[in-house]
Amino acid sequence: MLEELVQILANERDVGAYFRLTLHAPEIARRIQPGQFVHIRILPMRDALLRRPFSVFQAAGDNVSILYKVVGKGTAVLSRMQAGDQLGALGPLGHGFTVPKSAGEKPLLVAGGYGMAAMYLLAQCSPRPGVVFVGGRRRVDILCEQEFRALGWDVCATTEDGSYGHRGLVTEPLVAELRRDAKGKRLFACGPTPMLRAVARIAEDFDVPAELSMDEHMCCGVGVCLTCVIPVKSADGWEYQRTCTEGPVFDSKEVLWEVPR
Amino acid sequence: MNLAVQVGALRMQNPVTVASGTFGYGVEYARLLDLNQLGAVTVKGIRLGPVRGNSTPRTAEVASGMLNAIGLQGPGVDGFIAKYWPFLKELTVPTIINIWGTSVEEYAEVARRFDAVEGVGALELNVSCPNIKEGGAQFGTDCKLLSQVVAACRRATRLPLITKLSPNVVSIAPYARAAEEAGSDALAVTNSYPAMAIDVETRRPKLANVTGGLTGPCIKPIAIKLVWEAAKAVKIPIIGMGGIQDATDAIEFLMAGASAVAVGTANFYEPQTALQVIAGIRSFMERKGIQDVREIVGSVITDR
Ligand SMILES: Cc1cc2nc3c(=O)[nH]c(=O)nc-3n(C[C@H](O)[C@H](O)[C@H](O)COP(=O)(O)OP(=O)(O)OC[C@H]3O[C@@H](n4cnc5c(N)ncnc54)[C@H](O)[C@@H]3O)c2cc1C
Ligand SMILES: Cc1cc2nc3c(=O)[nH]c(=O)nc-3n(C[C@H](O)[C@H](O)[C@H](O)COP(=O)(O)O)c2cc1C
Ligand code: FES
Repeated sequence: MLEELVQILANERDVGAYFRLTLHAPEIARRIQPGQFVHIRILPMRDALLRRPFSVFQAAGDNVSILYKVVGKGTAVLSRMQAGDQLGALGPLGHGFTVPKSAGEKPLLVAGGYGMAAMYLLAQCSPRPGVVFVGGRRRVDILCEQEFRALGWDVCATTEDGSYGHRGLVTEPLVAELRRDAKGKRLFACGPTPMLRAVARIAEDFDVPAELSMDEHMCCGVGVCLTCVIPVKSADGWEYQRTCTEGPVFDSKEVLWEVPR
Repeated sequence: MNLAVQVGALRMQNPVTVASGTFGYGVEYARLLDLNQLGAVTVKGIRLGPVRGNSTPRTAEVASGMLNAIGLQGPGVDGFIAKYWPFLKELTVPTIINIWGTSVEEYAEVARRFDAVEGVGALELNVSCPNIKEGGAQFGTDCKLLSQVVAACRRATRLPLITKLSPNVVSIAPYARAAEEAGSDALAVTNSYPAMAIDVETRRPKLANVTGGLTGPCIKPIAIKLVWEAAKAVKIPIIGMGGIQDATDAIEFLMAGASAVAVGTANFYEPQTALQVIAGIRSFMERKGIQDVREIVGSVITDR
């Protein structure tokens, strides 16, 4: 984990509200593991002080890139920044995905919207290609399909309005795939919480391992403020664990979706 | 040039610590900065047993600040000693342990437990947390209860006691005096301000706890005034805090009457803030030809 002032090399619209940001961040690029994130201080934000967390999408040489969606104040300001501008970057942070070790297991990735960004490094490191199930509301929410195909992965897209790929939810073709054969499959998911919860249930039904990258609000990003906690099973029942430190990636069997009473 | 200050029996090599709850147990930031450059490390609030804390969402960003209602999640005295003390006791700078309880007896018991731990720098009594149902601010907004808590802890330990006062009072002077008279060695001013924010799309409060504590640069002017008023009311030293982002902010607190300062919310967005504040105080002193940082304390000129 380290803190550096990094320079923007490129910041361009991908599609719709999604942007690709490339940063010169040699130290972070060298250390990043799949599923880890960086905590970005958007310096021109004036009265909004907190950093914003983003998964590292790609890392090559001295550079890292981020794939982000404009959703609020910070991402709006970020989308107007230009090559040459500086950002504060804290990273790599968090506990990422377990990269499959042998080619024996077939990885199935499940992503919703910008969740795809958290998955690319994992796909790149995986000893064998698998399938990416990617879902979104509309066609514009299906991101970076070509990049995954270029790694030799199958991409199965679904949109809720049917404007691209299968019509429906991303979990439908996933279930179909597991029905065909669940043996030797391992799930990795990143996306909206309801999607993650559905993936956890599917993993349980088919008795396959699953790792989920959780999306929680964060202040510090390094484990001190206790903002980002989720309830997780523990030796004495349950405890709150930090998404920024013990996560963002958790074993789906450990996540409790509601706080026990 | 002298930057060292005395906070009761606690000696700090410079007047800058970090605010409880914004720096974990120190170890989390050890890879980003040299903790031994600080005046002291102050850790998150600890009561006797472990605490799970409030439901989420626990924080919300607001203009120039944030709300939090963490609910004092923590490992309890034993968990803290087992897990964090081995690291902290090796630091060359003192550790200030922030403690709380839900009864006078619990405060005293926690103080007694830490009295038996070798090497603790000081205890900070949190009588001002707005985010828990029992304990916390209830002790900081009732002068009698406040005196009882401080007196009970005074009997329980020889460690320097810093009483962290609530801002949520009509006048801080009687509370400052009550803490001083009950044997507190110093005051910490101030904790977060009770506050609230609503998401208009959902009509729900932004915090699961409904209300929380407001911190960050937006509270600084209010905190400065409280420090100034408290400093006039007592002889014991004050650790000033509330929205410090840079050395100028810190010097304002010193001029208002604080002997030392703590950096809080700023750690979240700029972990180097405390070190930058120390460097900035040093260059201010050079620029102004000030030999001893204690010359700045209470040096505000209020007559026109
Ligand atoms: C581990 C992790 C990885 C992420 N990776 C990506 C990514 O690769 N691409 C991407 O587009 N987004 C990602 N996000 C979500 C991203 O952090 C938020 O969209 C962003 O913080 C919104 O900031 P804002 O100022 O535009 O929104 P505002 O709503 O104005 O922000 C207000 C506050 O809420 C927080 N916030 C709002 N939405 C979210 C959210 N969904 N998750 C966490 N905090 C939020 C902000 O950080 C800020 O503190 C990730 C989140 C986490 C926790
Ligand atoms: C997330 C968070 C957690 C906090 N936890 C504690 C705590 O455990 N004990 C305590 O006395 N104060 C706690 N505080 C209050 C701070 O120590 C400090 O008094 C306050 O934040 C004002 O300083 P600032 O504006 O620089 O943050 C907490 C503040 C924040 C933001
Ligand atoms: S964001 Fe502060 S503990 Fe996770």
